[in-house]
Amino acid sequence: MLSLNELYQGFRDPEVIKSLAKQIAITAAKYPGQINIMEVCGGHTHTIMKYGLNQLLPDNIEFIHGPGCPVCIMPKERIDHAAALASLPDTILITLGDMIRVPGSNGNLAQFRASGCDIRPIYDPLDCLTIATDNPEKTVIFFAIGFETSTPMTAVLLEQAEKRHISNLLFHINHVLVPPAIDAVMADPNVKVNAFIGPAHVSVISGAKVYRSAVKTYNTPLVISGFEPVDVMESILMIAKQKVKAIALLENQYSRAVSEQGNLTAQALINKYMIIRPSFRWRGLGPIADSALMLRDEYRHRDAEQVYKEQLPNIEIDDHKACQCGDILRGLSKPKDCKVFGRGCTPETPLGSCMVSSEGACNAHFRYNGVTE
Amino acid sequence: MSHLKANKTVQLSHGGGGKEMNRLIKDIFFKAFDNPILRSEEDAARLHFSGYTAFTTDSFTVAPLFFAGGDIGKLAIAGTVNDLAMMGAEPQFLSSSFIIEEGFAIDDLKVIVTSMANELKRSGARIVCGDTKVVPRGCADGLFINTSGVGRIINNEISVKNLQDGDAIIVSRDIGRHGAAILMAREGLALESDLTSDCASLWPIVEQLIAANIEIHAMRDATRGGLSAVLNEWASASDVGIEVNESAIPVSSEVSGLCELYGFEPFDLANEGTFILAVPQTSVAATLEVMKTFCHCEQAALIGHVNQIKPGKVILNTPWGSRRFLDVPQGELLPRIC
Repeated sequence: MLSLNELYQGFRDPEVIKSLAKQIAITAAKYPGQINIMEVCGGHTHTIMKYGLNQLLPDNIEFIHGPGCPVCIMPKERIDHAAALASLPDTILITLGDMIRVPGSNGNLAQFRASGCDIRPIYDPLDCLTIATDNPEKTVIFFAIGFETSTPMTAVLLEQAEKRHISNLLFHINHVLVPPAIDAVMADPNVKVNAFIGPAHVSVISGAKVYRSAVKTYNTPLVISGFEPVDVMESILMIAKQKVKAIALLENQYSRAVSEQGNLTAQALINKYMIIRPSFRWRGLGPIADSALMLRDEYRHRDAEQVYKEQLPNIEIDDHKACQCGDILRGLSKPKDCKVFGRGCTPETPLGSCMVSSEGACNAHFRYNGVTE
Repeated sequence: MSHLKANKTVQLSHGGGGKEMNRLIKDIFFKAFDNPILRSEEDAARLHFSGYTAFTTDSFTVAPLFFAGGDIGKLAIAGTVNDLAMMGAEPQFLSSSFIIEEGFAIDDLKVIVTSMANELKRSGARIVCGDTKVVPRGCADGLFINTSGVGRIINNEISVKNLQDGDAIIVSRDIGRHGAAILMAREGLALESDLTSDCASLWPIVEQLIAANIEIHAMRDATRGGLSAVLNEWASASDVGIEVNESAIPVSSEVSGLCELYGFEPFDLANEGTFILAVPQTSVAATLEVMKTFCHCEQAALIGHVNQIKPGKVILNTPWGSRRFLDVPQGELLPRIC
């Protein structure tokens, strides 16, 4: 019997959530200033908005939605790569979830699919093996996206493809890393962030250790948090306590899944196939050094960026000039500050990627916010 | 031995209008749907109506064709019967059109047609006309079915525009089962689960509600788009606000679990035998009593009410005191990335 719900039910207990809200209010009242918490990960943004947790907090606690949504940070030129690859003859392009809705400069992948390209969204990257095996006359390209969380799945897929000698499976790697994104956010002289909620699933893989330098460098509390409402509320309380004591520590609220070192097996597998990319242009944040991964030279034959180098556009394309996704990802603007929010830019017709993914800040605000206004 | 036993799959010739087509229709469709109007084999069914009549049509495409709790045939009957029932109409006459892909297994077709015949018995409706087309391999995903239906309207007051301030919102059973069952079957998830679709004809229960003189303001089966789509359509069409309480909405543990895994919400998942009612507050007890006595409605629950606070909007109250809009799902339902 499926009993996944047993895994989370205790973390949505109304009495526990109400009690945490009360403790947060009491604690935050002792802090004279504003606590601006950036939740780096889009999953937390979604939790906060979906469960209305922001409505339960005192006025001096504010959320700033960070760059941790793999869909939101994907620059247009990478979508254009995906579209160009999908348009090649006898090619199947595979990607994950919302990626097919992100606008590129010539439309999104769903539109390319409707015009005849074979583009398939999947849940499990290992499905690529079956698709490649079932279509030996075609080239199957996995448009790999995501933070540290989803990178191991790509590495496992690559390992299986190598072991089984599946030669028609190629990769377009867009895996990005959280710590350099935190550095990029904090490098802005106007930054208001003075605390972080650290990613959950990312940290399961990378371990708590990757945030130590950020906590020290920026003298900012960082609490790694699970995704359930109780997790997030408890993490906010932990942050508020640190702020009151004027200390900045790395704490791990999500200790049921995150260790200091992380998943070493997964890390080893990633290192076997991928290395740090010198620079990757993030949507909204611009180029960030050492912030993404690419395939090692030994696997060039599987690297769609190398194999199809001549066919891929290499023009960098900025967002629509009215779109403020960049400032929103940096924590400098709120979704509602954007002039096109909810007007020209909606989940149905997104101008910027923050409106595309359900984990995007604008999408979450559009869907859930406004009840109390 | 019938001719069809020699042929295990549907051939293009079965749609050619000749002997093979005639045998397919007689051996499979007439046998299962037998009734005097169909048997008369006229170009069109000759019917007699008096009073208000509801008329509806729907096309059914589902992958896979067979799923836990039903198949495309059961769906094609229940879907059209339910569209009529939700208008307070007694389902009477249905048409059924088949678009079959060349190579489709005859045995599967028989199972689907038998399933349709069984489902018809639950509402008493009859298939009185139909059509069969066979298309070349690759031009259809196995089998598409269209059913249209007419029914005699017994309660003429039910309307999407008829929600009134103070109305109670009732759901007939736990939500999201059909969408979750299809998702499990489609993704081939190796999860051990008893999850089945809610696919069912709703006329029997609606007939009881009408017979009990329940004053029904609006009624709709929550198919694609799920509970959120129905409530938003109502809020918009009647220009009222609707508030529902999350803790009152029945959801099975299997559906909740699957939603967690994929990042979906049960409110957005399709149902095929679950409906929502708007009734005056004074009718709540009587409505629930009738519903809990009859088929599949043991979990019927009062989930919210109509007000004028935010006309056109649906608000979900969480168990811990926060509130949010319950918006309609948009685009394809896609699994979360991480």
